[in-house]
Amino acid sequence: MSDVKRFLYVNRKAPYGTIYALESLEVVLIGAAFDQDVSLAFLDDGVFQLTKGQNTEAIGVKNFSPTFRALGDYEVTKLYVEMESLEERGLTEDDLQNIMYEDEDDDWKEKPSIRTVSRAEMAGIMADQDVVLSF
Amino acid sequence: MSTLHTVNKSPFGNGALLSCLQHCKPGDAVLLVEDGVYGALSGSSVADEVAASIGEISLYVLAGDISARGIEGSKMVTGAEAVGYDGFVDLVAEHDRTQSWL
Amino acid sequence: MKIGVVVSEGPYTHQAADSAYHFVKAALDKGHEVPRVFFYHDGVNVSTRLSVPPQDERNIQQNWTALAKEHGLDLVVCIAAAQRRGLLDENEARRQGKDANNIAEGFRISGLGQLIEMGIQTDRLVTFGD
Repeated sequence: MSDVKRFLYVNRKAPYGTIYALESLEVVLIGAAFDQDVSLAFLDDGVFQLTKGQNTEAIGVKNFSPTFRALGDYEVTKLYVEMESLEERGLTEDDLQNIMYEDEDDDWKEKPSIRTVSRAEMAGIMADQDVVLSF
Repeated sequence: MSTLHTVNKSPFGNGALLSCLQHCKPGDAVLLVEDGVYGALSGSSVADEVAASIGEISLYVLAGDISARGIEGSKMVTGAEAVGYDGFVDLVAEHDRTQSWL
Repeated sequence: MKIGVVVSEGPYTHQAADSAYHFVKAALDKGHEVPRVFFYHDGVNVSTRLSVPPQDERNIQQNWTALAKEHGLDLVVCIAAAQRRGLLDENEARRQGKDANNIAEGFRISGLGQLIEMGIQTDRLVTFGD
């Protein structure tokens, strides 16, 4: 196969009210098999997808938030979360799930997959991609 | 390296246009399509922010969506350039990637 | 240039399927290749052959079927999104024990891998959605 491409999955919508968050994650999971350089971006209402303590029993839909914790096993380890989007929503990193991966290049040390970035840094990350998928 | 950003939502009901503008880099292009074309109206609550971005970025509006909505060229912010679907295609080819702000 | 297109909203409710159609036509007219159009989320609903819009309105499904036929376009409907929303071809209907199928000519059901593959194999990717 030719050069690996940088794929960015952009998530700007909240979970459960619409299906975009779930079906975006489904693309990420399938896409992992293609060995590309994958990053996920969470900004605007997309940051809500990563909050901890989601309990969907009363609304009768599947809670898919645990799936984010499995992303490390699929070698998807770059989850960029925009700080300004968190702040504008009254959230901090503490409100988000603990999502870790094992770094095979560093003695399998456990490291956080969530990397909080500024709006300006997020713009830089976006400008660095080959393929941008928005949901 | 530059990006073509497309915005298809009106900025008066949705934050997509403003979020898009906040993530543009110099040399990028923003193409307003569908209901997004309302973002080019002059004298609106977002017009100053939109107008201020022109220069750093190039602003385009899809001509078919403008005429469908009865917007005259004179009612758009200075610097917004109308293009047809062929121009849309040219913009996609000219910039290194297309990012849709849905 | 090879341009991939994603349609991620359904016909009539959103303008996406129309915008994408006009874009693809223009791209082909300019001599670009459009190796695939991928229908995801509610975009899978574009592929139903049972749509009967008013006579004086465009028929979105027929527009796409005709364009695909004229240019040999690969219109791919995501199987997972299609199953959720009740779009089944003959094989799927049989497999799932359903008493009907509804995919229009020119569309084929396939996996999400086709979207990633499109991203890898094209020079540009444009999404029409909401």
